[in-house]
Amino acid sequence: MDVINIQGTDDTPNVILDKASGQFEISGRSLPEDVNMFYEPILDWIDQYAEDANDHTEFNFKLEYFNTASSKVILDILLKFEEIVENGKEVVIKWHYHEDEEDMLEAGEEYSDIVDIPFDYVLYTD
Amino acid sequence: MSREIESHRFLDFAYQLYKTMKTNEINLVYEGEVTQDITKTFTSLTERNMAKSEESNQVQRKVFNVMVECLQNISKHADTLSDDDEEERRGIVMVSRGDESYKIITGNVIRNTKVPSLKESLEHINSLDKAGLSSLYKQQIVESTISEKGGAGLGLIDIAKKTGSKLSYQFKELNEEVSFFILTSTINRNR
Repeated sequence: MDVINIQGTDDTPNVILDKASGQFEISGRSLPEDVNMFYEPILDWIDQYAEDANDHTEFNFKLEYFNTASSKVILDILLKFEEIVENGKEVVIKWHYHEDEEDMLEAGEEYSDIVDIPFDYVLYTD
Repeated sequence: MSREIESHRFLDFAYQLYKTMKTNEINLVYEGEVTQDITKTFTSLTERNMAKSEESNQVQRKVFNVMVECLQNISKHADTLSDDDEEERRGIVMVSRGDESYKIITGNVIRNTKVPSLKESLEHINSLDKAGLSSLYKQQIVESTISEKGGAGLGLIDIAKKTGSKLSYQFKELNEEVSFFILTSTINRNR
């Protein structure tokens, strides 16, 4: 499978999706002008990955900030991984949050209320 | 002669504006088109100013978050006074820093037909506590699909959640077609 490796900017996140090395990560800031355009290739990639997912997937979200438009796409991503779980594979969401950012922890907890995937919360400092 | 008076008046106006801004501790005022570039410029400008003033990280992050949502609300939803420039989303943006709080004030034109439903959402959001906002947010995020404009609906809930303050707002009817919508978001500095 192709590797997705997108370098972040001041309004789009870093994205690494690599099935072979088992790296799945979205980090940085997500407030793109056109959320759909930015995330479409990522959602397509995950659809393809879901057809033959690894037995164990660890997906890292290490976001500093995301806007509400991005928050819906993040839910879409999580729902795709929920299907992978339903198909008998193991998925863990590593949800990283900065010590000064309680809102980010809360955001993770809200997602974990909605989707049926185990979440690990990881605190980080500067 | 009259030109001189005119220019004197303008200088006087500029000085009055400057004084008013200083008295009210307004750090930023803008009127014009609100685009993604403007949003990025203002948020990074405000971030830099806050970093210089050694504002706490939590407050800095909240101000940044709320500014983005306010500005993107204008860039996605503002209506226009005339029908010829449908695509131009304009508004006013002000940021003030008081001893107690930051205020982010935005204003934009909105069609009168949209006012009742917006008012209803605002009232509903203001009636909820933290837990209520969280469940409304979860419900909305699941039910809504991304609109063509990308987003909407969640922005105001998010602002209320992150500020922990009631949304303060006003509608001023400009004519039969449109009103001016003013939203003030308050972020407490001492939490």
